[in-house]
Amino acid sequence: MEHLAMHISNGIINGPVAAIFAVIALAAMALCVQRGRQHLDDRLAPMAGLVAAFIFAVQMINFPIFTAGVSGHLLGGALAALLVGPWVGALCVAVVLTVQALVFGDGGVAMLGLNITNLAIIGTAAAYLLIVALLRVLPRTPAGLAVTAFVSALVSVVAAALGFVLQYKLGGAVDLGANITGLAGTIAGTHLLIGVGEGLITAMTVLTVAKTRPDLVYALRARRPVASSPVPAVGGAR
Amino acid sequence: MGAGHTELLYHRSDSPVHRLPPEVKIAAMVAFTLAVVATPREALWAFGGYAVLVVAVAAVARVRPGWLLRRSLIELPFVLFAFALPFLGAGERTEFLGLSVSVDGLYGAWNILAKGTLGVLASLLLAATTTTRDLIIGLDRLRCPQLLTQIAAFMLRYLEVLVGEARRMRVARLSRGDDPRFMWQLRGFATGVGALFLRAYERGERVYLAMLSRGYTGRMPQVWQGAQAATVGQWLAASTVPAVAAGVAATALVLS
Repeated sequence: MEHLAMHISNGIINGPVAAIFAVIALAAMALCVQRGRQHLDDRLAPMAGLVAAFIFAVQMINFPIFTAGVSGHLLGGALAALLVGPWVGALCVAVVLTVQALVFGDGGVAMLGLNITNLAIIGTAAAYLLIVALLRVLPRTPAGLAVTAFVSALVSVVAAALGFVLQYKLGGAVDLGANITGLAGTIAGTHLLIGVGEGLITAMTVLTVAKTRPDLVYALRARRPVASSPVPAVGGAR
Repeated sequence: MGAGHTELLYHRSDSPVHRLPPEVKIAAMVAFTLAVVATPREALWAFGGYAVLVVAVAAVARVRPGWLLRRSLIELPFVLFAFALPFLGAGERTEFLGLSVSVDGLYGAWNILAKGTLGVLASLLLAATTTTRDLIIGLDRLRCPQLLTQIAAFMLRYLEVLVGEARRMRVARLSRGDDPRFMWQLRGFATGVGALFLRAYERGERVYLAMLSRGYTGRMPQVWQGAQAATVGQWLAASTVPAVAAGVAATALVLS
């Protein structure tokens, strides 16, 4: 059930429900383009491209959870929200999904609306709301930022996975009857584990960036930089 | 993931499909997929018709069937899900190979298998005949917002930067006596991922500034776009496949 909640392929959800979610995704993307345009400056443009490339690359690493063919890969919604903000972040994830659907056939083209709703919209929105709330509550230390990144990534993965369950309930190919709760449980469980991996990688990445280039972290822009001991520039002088 | 990774799926050739402008191919592929998805799952013959269309396009594009089949294995997880459905589905049940299975589930499994496979094959044919650069030009000509094509173009460019930077860091670790074998690589990966991101960003930032200083305004220059936009004839030629598919889908809908 590897890609299940990640990239829904053609035929899993029926046409009308896919069409409804395509309209929802299109409207949300239009809003993101409008808002994102105001944010995209010289610093954010390459960052948005790199975040998208990073998510693209990281999604190719599948990590097995159990030996029984259950595996999953990372989403990147929380990372995008932290580094480039919710609007451009959602666009980054949507671009990754579109290219994967067009080129690799990973996720059906007709199901793109569903996939964008789950991963780009639900995933990024859940992550960003948590980021804003947690950064306000937690101490302004590297540890606080790490916890924020970890928790928001974990929750965003599970939220995106539950988005799939909702869509399946609305228009799944097969009426599973009472088994839908079983499906929900399986999916939430596996994605909790994926979320832990996602949280660790997100926290690790954001922490390194925040320590050396705090100006690059969108979520920290409004506040003073994270207090940290001086760290030698990563990669050394070049 | 090696160098030139972004062209991993492109097959250099000079077939009529390769020569079609990208925007035409994208539109045809999306229209074909929509026709397939709109087909009622009981119309088994219709899916045979779609398969014939896919085979015909692959033959014209000179894409090897073995390559297509190997690449379509990406769909495998969904196949597993499809095989579980007949046993999980509710409602009327029937005997199949001595097992009690749900009729609805059987049709659902077929639905996922047929529509999913056809969708994957259509995507692969597009990828095999179009470079990623052309793909972005095509999306741009189809009036995709510039913000999105810009992110997509940077993504594909920085993918190379990221892979190259990862290779350099691996070489650096090896030359310092690290022995990254399968499992032990995880720890190195986890601690190095932030550094990899920063290094790739700083390199990417320089690429971006160099582009800006050479007159980049968010859109690639005309010269870069190569072939002209599609002619009416090309649109007509490419529309044959989705038109036939739409005909099949309409017939199947009327008959059902």
